[in-house]
Amino acid sequence: MTERVLTEQKGQDMLLDHYKKMLELRLFELKVQELYRNAMLPGFVHLYIGEEAVGVGVCSNLEPADLVFSTHRGHGHALAKGVPADVVLAELWGKATGSSGGRGGSMHMYAPEYGFMGTNGIVGAPIPLATGAALSAKLRKKGQVVVCFFGEGAVNSGSFHEAVNLGAVWNLPVVYVCENNLYATEMAFQRATKNTSVASRAAAYGTLGVEVDGQDVVAVHEAAQRAIQRAREDGGPTLIECKTYRYVGHHEGDPGTDYRTREEVQEWKQKDPVKLARKRLLDSGAADESKLQAVDQEVEQLIDRAVEFAQKSPEPSANSVTEHVF
Amino acid sequence: MSDPGRVITYVDAGVEALREEMRRDDSIVYIGQGIGPRGGNFRQTRGLWKEFGDHRLRDTGICELGATGVAIGAAMAGTRAIVDEVFLDFALEAITQIIQQAANISYMSNGKIKAPVLIRGAMGAVRNAGAHHSHTFYNWFANTPGLKVVLPSTPYDLKGLFKSSLREPGPVVLVEHKSLYNTKGVVPEEEYLIPLGDARIVREGTDITIIAMSRMVDLATKAAAALAQEGVSAEVIDPRTIVPLDRQKISNSIKKTGRLVVIDESPSSCSFAAELLAIAVEDCFDDLQATPKRICSLPVPNPFSPVLENQMIPSVDRIVSEIHDMMKTVRRKC
Repeated sequence: MTERVLTEQKGQDMLLDHYKKMLELRLFELKVQELYRNAMLPGFVHLYIGEEAVGVGVCSNLEPADLVFSTHRGHGHALAKGVPADVVLAELWGKATGSSGGRGGSMHMYAPEYGFMGTNGIVGAPIPLATGAALSAKLRKKGQVVVCFFGEGAVNSGSFHEAVNLGAVWNLPVVYVCENNLYATEMAFQRATKNTSVASRAAAYGTLGVEVDGQDVVAVHEAAQRAIQRAREDGGPTLIECKTYRYVGHHEGDPGTDYRTREEVQEWKQKDPVKLARKRLLDSGAADESKLQAVDQEVEQLIDRAVEFAQKSPEPSANSVTEHVF
Repeated sequence: MSDPGRVITYVDAGVEALREEMRRDDSIVYIGQGIGPRGGNFRQTRGLWKEFGDHRLRDTGICELGATGVAIGAAMAGTRAIVDEVFLDFALEAITQIIQQAANISYMSNGKIKAPVLIRGAMGAVRNAGAHHSHTFYNWFANTPGLKVVLPSTPYDLKGLFKSSLREPGPVVLVEHKSLYNTKGVVPEEEYLIPLGDARIVREGTDITIIAMSRMVDLATKAAAALAQEGVSAEVIDPRTIVPLDRQKISNSIKKTGRLVVIDESPSSCSFAAELLAIAVEDCFDDLQATPKRICSLPVPNPFSPVLENQMIPSVDRIVSEIHDMMKTVRRKC
């Protein structure tokens, strides 16, 4: 199916767009890692490196008015939904120009003007929130669709169970996207649950579950396309399980090697979503090396500009600390 | 004799507020367990499902965490939502959504996302329901920046405050009292609103200020009437909303009388009663004639035995007796 898509110009253009966006997510997070290691950024960061195909594959199907709810590992989701890199990075820097004016940071950044309803510091919490936003969309009859990202670490929580159940019984326009990266902090999924198929859990709620290769952006895009269309046509929720992997530790500072082998990490890096898309573009003749180098350069410049913007941005005024509580 | 006006119950005053607001604002959706055809465990949504249907009266199974999160999410996306926890005790199942998401969202988003959600629950002791169905922890919410907390004590106040709460830009925790649901009071037929942050002087007096909330207002009023027989003039104040708090009216009264006693169904330690005593010290220290006092429930889980529960909760006799003691002391200024 993937190769058929690429034979058409539209498919080729789309893959090039996916590649460019995934590269933006990758280079952004590598930059954040570097800044964080140099003690430039306050707080904590959870990086999305290795999982780019999920955010980009899903969000490339969304309209600006559609809504995305994200997780503690959510910089990639924000960028994929269209939030500019400058305001995401400025927020990570705690600057006044950040998406939350420096009140949120990595795990609490909101950009409703781009349909981005926030990263979240509480695992599982966005699932009921996204379900509620989908209820709102259904009541308002605007054809809006809501996407909720979460990790496999969230699916053993009560939030997941109660929310997906309500989403299904009320037939809400929501797509539940599970990024199964196999580890919830250090906890391997097969040690946390007897049923390691997240997609199979959809049956428990009488709704549709699908499993997809989360390193293949085209496969993710197509699965999400069907789910989003189904939601838009009042067909109800879909639970998409994307099999993916984070190359880095749970948070920056966690080496991520106490609970998984270096071999396993290397094995997953062989299926790198960015490299895979690049190779596919070259192999199919959709783009040549010089064209891709130009794209790479464009993205590098975008990240450089974001750093410059964020670094030069002002701090929030200390006296504004009590604003926006209510 | 002039007609004092129409008399209805506390629970019906709430239903009336809801009906008027749901007619006025067609974005309002009501979510909770048993609030549809059944009309609510306490009859607190009686008749609404018939008028507004399944679309706007969203009956759920027993899933407070999911239902509360859904209500907050709907509110974030532009739909005014009400979630009914029924018993305030059950809000504990959903506390993470209320505190971490609803209360924080305006601040975390730099004011870009508001969550106009009303979290409704009935607190307090009634008919010896025991420890799991009698909690009064309204003060926990008041300790969380971002939440408004409303505690109506009469049918009139419930209706006016409920309606105002449904026009607030952000989350409001509306705490009713289970044993007030069947109490009656005058509620005008014509529409009215009561602004949040406006305390009510229930009874004017000059010798002592009694501040009481929710069901304790009734006890305070009875105690004040008994004290009046003995020549003690007690002023009774019902703050009506804990956040925002009408600090001015409270301080003015304490300065006037020089004495403060707080009647609270919650235990005293780290309570709203403690906050009121702190206000007395911060705002009225030089005017105090006696050490301010709290009359609160004893710090035990609600016991089942009527004898034990009555011992736990403040009573009119206890209030009168404690105030007798307070009236004996006059603080000398040094």
